Amino acid sequence: MTRTAALRRAALLAVPVAFFALFFAYPVAAITGRGLKEDGEWRPGTAFEVLTDPGVGQVLWFTLWQAAASTALTLALALPGAYVFARLDFPGKRVLHAVVTVPFVLPTVVTGAAFLGLTGRGGLLDDLWGVRLDTGVWAILLAHVFFNYAVVVRTVGGLWAQLDPRQEEAARVLGAGRFAAFRRVTLPALGPSVAAAGLMVYLFTFTSFGVIQILGGPRYATLEVEIYRQTAQLLDLPTAAVLTLLQLATVGVLLGVHAWIVRRRESSLALVDAAHTARPPRGAGERALLGGTLAVIALLILLPLGVLVERSLSGPDGYGFAHYRALGSRSGGTFAVAPWEAVGNSLSYAAVATLIALAVGGLAAAALTRRAGRFTRGFDALLMLPLGTSAVTVGFGFLIALDEPPLDLRSSWILVPLAQALVGVPFVVRVMLPVLRAVDDRLRQAAAVLGASPWRAWREVDLPLVRRALLVSAGFAFAVSLGEFGATVFIARADRPTLPVAVARLLGRAGELNYGQAMALSTILMVTCALTLVLLESLRPARHTELVA
Amino acid sequence: MKRSLIVVPVLGLLAVACGGGEAGSGGDEVTLVTHDSFAVSDEVLDRFTEETGYTVRVLRGGDAGIVVNQAVLSQGNPQGDVLFGVDNTLLSRTLDEDVFAPHEAEGLAAVPEEYRLDGSEHRVTPVDTGDICVNYDRAWFEDRGLAPPGTFEDLADPAYRDLLVVQNAATSSPGLGFLLATVAAYGQDGWQDYWQRLADNGVEVVDGWEQAYNERFSGAGDGDRPLVVSYASSPPAGVVYGGEERPEQAPTGVAPDTCFRQIEFAGLLAGAANEEGGRALLDFLLSQEFQEDMPLQMFVNPVREDAALPEEFTRYGEVVDEPLTVDAELIAAHREEWIDEWTSLVVR
Repeated sequence: MTRTAALRRAALLAVPVAFFALFFAYPVAAITGRGLKEDGEWRPGTAFEVLTDPGVGQVLWFTLWQAAASTALTLALALPGAYVFARLDFPGKRVLHAVVTVPFVLPTVVTGAAFLGLTGRGGLLDDLWGVRLDTGVWAILLAHVFFNYAVVVRTVGGLWAQLDPRQEEAARVLGAGRFAAFRRVTLPALGPSVAAAGLMVYLFTFTSFGVIQILGGPRYATLEVEIYRQTAQLLDLPTAAVLTLLQLATVGVLLGVHAWIVRRRESSLALVDAAHTARPPRGAGERALLGGTLAVIALLILLPLGVLVERSLSGPDGYGFAHYRALGSRSGGTFAVAPWEAVGNSLSYAAVATLIALAVGGLAAAALTRRAGRFTRGFDALLMLPLGTSAVTVGFGFLIALDEPPLDLRSSWILVPLAQALVGVPFVVRVMLPVLRAVDDRLRQAAAVLGASPWRAWREVDLPLVRRALLVSAGFAFAVSLGEFGATVFIARADRPTLPVAVARLLGRAGELNYGQAMALSTILMVTCALTLVLLESLRPARHTELVA
Repeated sequence: MKRSLIVVPVLGLLAVACGGGEAGSGGDEVTLVTHDSFAVSDEVLDRFTEETGYTVRVLRGGDAGIVVNQAVLSQGNPQGDVLFGVDNTLLSRTLDEDVFAPHEAEGLAAVPEEYRLDGSEHRVTPVDTGDICVNYDRAWFEDRGLAPPGTFEDLADPAYRDLLVVQNAATSSPGLGFLLATVAAYGQDGWQDYWQRLADNGVEVVDGWEQAYNERFSGAGDGDRPLVVSYASSPPAGVVYGGEERPEQAPTGVAPDTCFRQIEFAGLLAGAANEEGGRALLDFLLSQEFQEDMPLQMFVNPVREDAALPEEFTRYGEVVDEPLTVDAELIAAHREEWIDEWTSLVVR
């Protein structure tokens, strides 16, 4: 590697490193340090006590296996979906692609309610067939699929749509069976992005909180739930700090395994314009696959969402728009939030968070594109850590770390999109990186030989190929922010309530009208999310030329 | 070029954020740190600004537990000037950690002695009270010709088997309140037996109030349990947010002998940037105007004896004459132990 290339990489990495250090490493170190020290002395005894507690062992074991089971189930159900969305054309595809992401943005209390309305006692399935998954492990696993379906469909499908189908066709012509062609040609090409999707689903379910509490009932606890209890309820910082370190260590091992699996598997691929790869289903097999995927989506995603819409429309005097009208007519008091105001707040926070995540994640991905030394690989893994770190730790870390001028951001609005971007960045990196690495380096070299500056080569070679990945990752960052992921629950906020905050307020108060309006606002949140994603995805490149021969 | 294009907006945002943060602690603005349930009428808040010249900035930080813990962690360098929302179950933690500076609020004379838990030190000012009680679905019991339960003993009676849903005492404040009520009723060594009987009688534990009240309670939604732990003010709230026509009687009722009294306090945060504004705000929280606005905004009872209750409360609410309480010090000393014991008894 030449010196200029190294310098260029260092410059590209400067912003992501600073962002990560300031808004993740420093706050987390501050809060765990505070927990582990007493009167300035380190206390290793606490760590020993906590780690040898059999209860902690049980919690860790449950956390690990439920995340593994959830990830396996999600991959099994969503990978066929990724194929269907990448390769098949069918009516309503665009809208459905946006709709499967909607669960992502809904507050867990709301989706928990929808799930219980469907699978719980006296729910729809109970009425119809006596099927009941009131609370317990199956309810947790299915809810995790519901939330994370889009992660797999979008990450894997995004790349799949750009793989040149002629390669698999060539293998078939050369005599390979359909399955062999898939296994030898397509699967290796998809490997890194499947691993990336699996990693993100695992991290998300590893730190699962609301789903576990609502659907698991008080019997089940993940490390995340335990850390929340120790920090937010009991203020037992020493125990919380040890648990946080345990969580970080576990995530560290996972990231190591992931890096080991993915290493050497990434290779340059022939990428083509996604617009050319999809076609209507052919033959009984493909039609069955399409039908099966649509059935899974209908049962697991559309039905629970439908329950919410139904509840938002059902009032004391039958179905109607009474709750929506009531939302519009609310006046006076700091409790009331006009819905358009909440939509505006949500969208502006999400826009800022998306920009930050794209800037930070995009720069990191650009710097990490070319295979590099240990430091760069390590940084790649570090960027994933926020996804596997408890939100309450980060939130309370912000409180005690960012409390001195010029960085007293505690009550500043910017802290909210920053916290959301922290969760968005891993998505941007994981979506962009497999695609960027798949771009044949010889194309860049050719551009350089022809006299293009690095910037021009990036614009002319990389950008057209990664535009789709850029939009996919923007969609994720946006959804993460709209759904108020990460530490935002633990940040004190001045009165600019977003949609999820307004929903939570309404749900916290007795009265049928409040409940109905919470459901109506949730429906508005769903529609806002779907519409924005459809719009975002229609920002396709205008020219439909073939990009790589 | 690409770099500078992206870096500039990021730095710009940071600059705006820092600038905004500094402007936030200006002289004529007073910042109230509180939980998500805080609410006040616009008119009442405007009146405060007219009278004192201060505008109020409301900073919400999640539930009461989170807000209080954050205040403890940022002791001496607080996020705002006044904190509202410490209740008697969390009070000791803030007093032990010197979170508050003393202020004897104007109007304290109108507050009964029993609510002034900080005695003559005045580090905290009582603002409102609320009762956590078992609520029942009137229609459900009428349809079955069964009298609704009134006491703890009733709840353990096989006649009321599988009817009650409660919240997790480890994560929910009504859940904890109900546990404390049984501690007050049966004593530190007796509540365990009582909960064993409750468990044998089919009590169900869910995680939070929203789930218990909105999803499981038959008096509010499509739930199947006619008994739930909620607030004494839930029946009036249900009527106010229940539809156009006001019924004769609230569709839900309260079992008055099962109530745990919560007292909510406010205090001037030690190290407040706007101490004068904070004092004015504390006085305002105890003013008759705010106290009379509170019931229909937050569904709590005023602490001032001379504050009039709205009609919705007097007509549909229940007056709890003899609520149960546990000493704040005792709660602080045993909270974790009781919760752990309760968890292994009822949940696992």
